[in-house]
Amino acid sequence: MEYLDILIIIYFVIGVFFNVLGGVGLIRFPDVYTRLHAGTKCTTFGSIFLTLAVIFIGLEIWSNGDVNGSVLAFHTGAALVAILLTNPTGAHAIARAAHRSGVKPFGAVVDDLEKTPAKAKSSKKEAEK
Amino acid sequence: MIDSTYLYVVLLFLFIPVILAIIRIIKGPTAPDRVVGLDTVNTIVIVGMVLFGAALREVIYIDVAIVYALLSFISTLFIAKYLEGGEF
Repeated sequence: MEYLDILIIIYFVIGVFFNVLGGVGLIRFPDVYTRLHAGTKCTTFGSIFLTLAVIFIGLEIWSNGDVNGSVLAFHTGAALVAILLTNPTGAHAIARAAHRSGVKPFGAVVDDLEKTPAKAKSSKKEAEK
Repeated sequence: MIDSTYLYVVLLFLFIPVILAIIRIIKGPTAPDRVVGLDTVNTIVIVGMVLFGAALREVIYIDVAIVYALLSFISTLFIAKYLEGGEF
């Protein structure tokens, strides 16, 4: 049982480290897109490790004879799946909305994605003609 | 068996990214910056609820965390759609 405790503490350290890194990146980066990169990816990675540590705690309680531990482990797994599904999707939606609402990347001179819809329309019209 | 004190220490350390994200929400020059900060706070609050459920041995807190995750996802999508300025 001591080995599992050491593993849980290592997972806690990794999770807290990456969550704090995400917060620091949110402050330090110059731009919406880079801030999104720090604030979403680091936080998701840290959250995976913290919830895995809680799953191991639940399994440890279960192996000691308390059935509530299994409920703790399975519900934490459901929360992990919810985080994994929703977090990248939300980040993608925010990045798309920021680009559509006209926020430029830091130090950008040419925005290649900006002209894509107009180009597609014009090429379509040329094809129709 | 791991002691609850470790979980409380982890929760104390999780205050740091939440405070940094709130600074970004207050400072943020554009609206998408504030949405990014809010999204980060939401994720950390979900993890905090899971850790509280493990520390107090209460499974109901983790169910609340699942519902909070889905609702914050829907609110993020709605704000993104609003910033985009398109039709709903």
